[in-house]
Amino acid sequence: MSEEENIIVIRDVSKWFGKVQALRKVNLSIRRGSVVVIIGPSGSGKSTLLRCINHMEVEDEGEILIDGQQLPRSEKLINAIRADIGMVFQHFYLYPHLTVLENITLAQRIVRRRSKEEAERIAREQLNRVGIGEKADSFPAQLSGGQQQRVAIARALAMNPKIMLFDEPTSALDPEMIKEVLDVMLDLAKAGITMVVVTHEMGFARAAADEVVFMDEGQIIEQGEPAMVFDHPRHERTRFFLSQILHK
Amino acid sequence: MAYEDASLAQGNVVTVYRESLRLRLERFPWWFLVILLVTALTALIITTKSTYTEAFSFIRAGLSVTIMTTISAYFIALTLGMITGLGRISRNVVFKNLATFYVEVVRGIPMLVLIFFIALVLVPAVTSSLNTLGERLSAAGLGGLGAFFSSVTNKGVPMQLRAVIALSVTYGAFSAEIFRAGIQSIHKGQMEAARSQGMTYGQAMRYVILPQAIRNVLPALGNDFISMLKDSSLVSVLAVRDITQVAKLYAGQTFRYPEAYLTLAVLYLSMTMLLSLGVKVLEKRFQSS
Ligand SMILES: Nc1ncnc2c1ncn2[C@@H]1O[C@H](COP(=O)(O)OP(=O)(O)OP(=O)(O)O)[C@@H](O)[C@H]1O
Ligand SMILES: [Mg+2]
Repeated sequence: MSEEENIIVIRDVSKWFGKVQALRKVNLSIRRGSVVVIIGPSGSGKSTLLRCINHMEVEDEGEILIDGQQLPRSEKLINAIRADIGMVFQHFYLYPHLTVLENITLAQRIVRRRSKEEAERIAREQLNRVGIGEKADSFPAQLSGGQQQRVAIARALAMNPKIMLFDEPTSALDPEMIKEVLDVMLDLAKAGITMVVVTHEMGFARAAADEVVFMDEGQIIEQGEPAMVFDHPRHERTRFFLSQILHK
Repeated sequence: MAYEDASLAQGNVVTVYRESLRLRLERFPWWFLVILLVTALTALIITTKSTYTEAFSFIRAGLSVTIMTTISAYFIALTLGMITGLGRISRNVVFKNLATFYVEVVRGIPMLVLIFFIALVLVPAVTSSLNTLGERLSAAGLGGLGAFFSSVTNKGVPMQLRAVIALSVTYGAFSAEIFRAGIQSIHKGQMEAARSQGMTYGQAMRYVILPQAIRNVLPALGNDFISMLKDSSLVSVLAVRDITQVAKLYAGQTFRYPEAYLTLAVLYLSMTMLLSLGVKVLEKRFQSS
């Protein structure tokens, strides 16, 4: 596999929070257009790894390359890179004082410097894509959890990201709303967007993931195709973890 | 059967009605009614009794000073408070320490003492150092600028302006804490979401955090305005002719204390009541949206 094919390269990355080591020499390469699902117990460093990819956290050791470029230390350049990486959070974090449309146009206008018309056109396109075109003028509080998460996805997509990061996008949702969000994510996967997804939705992982990564205690324990990791885990810890989430 | 049911239903309606009447009586703001009555009574005395009429027209002359001082000091304090509030949560060590220093100093000194200090020590100190600067500039050949700085005399800064400065500085520290609390009340996920979209810290603050924070603290800021109106009476110690000062002068000249101070008190009370009604309306409106 050549270096150019890898849109994200994580090399020997370690990260400490005080005395807690959240990441221990993590190595991971992610091909352009691929979908990687990260699983692992609570506190294993999944979120920290995602947050290092867009520099919401800065790694203490090692390096991260995005499109062959090492993540810069300068604030300005980091902002430019973050604009190219969409992030979807467990709790959506929509801007509650803005309408759905304004939620999606805000960063387009001030970061991408698009005109109001263009930003709104793109926003409506993305809202239709996630299936809630009619909610443009609602406020986030007027939407269901599933709808809010779809708005959050549309907000990220409107920036034309090279990479989409999802941190447990369905774990705050009522069961009946999980599918509508996963369906949107499946569509994105089919459209060839590079996605890194922390989720324990095995169905989604089997259907969409090119690779499943199992993390524990800040380390990648094993990785491989979904069928391999789920059905024939090589490590005891993976087996134990899978048996736990399957029995829930 | 049907008849019985109907009477039973009627009985229920009556008790429900009675209860709601009692509840309403209990909930009714009687205290407000009393204040209204006292205000109305005082207004009546003012219009009918000549000594009160005289006192009122004397005191009324200070109203514009009170209002202007309050409004201008309030808006300067808001600006100062916003900047300081941002400083309190800043990661910049110098900015943060400056802001904290300012807030802690102001909080640790009685307002009356602060007003004396700022108006009679700080302002003269600033003007005299400006004068020194002016002389140096003139000596250095910058005559125009030097002359300007030298011309700023202590007398050139009127007491009313000093009073406004003193109140602004004091209330700037108070509202800084309100802004800080308002910003900190916004979930940190909001900043994360904004930053993850490539916004700078400043952009995220301006477009995402502050609009929410300010909406949350609007009632508190409104109450600050009311406190400012009351505390503006302290500037009378600088002989600024606000309503308190003119009331004091009137009382001193005529020895008609009830006329002077009842009128004065009711004047403040009716203004603050009106304002707090406004704040309540504001609060309701923002709660419902
Ligand atoms: N901002 C922080 N400050 C201090 N410690 C942190 C911080 N963020 C994460 N940690 C610690 O780092 C470790 C990894 O946390 P992380 O959030 O990456 O785990 P996770 O796999 O996402 O867990 P979860 O499934 O609970 O979300 C944990 O021990 C956590 O307590
Ligand atoms: Mg997490």
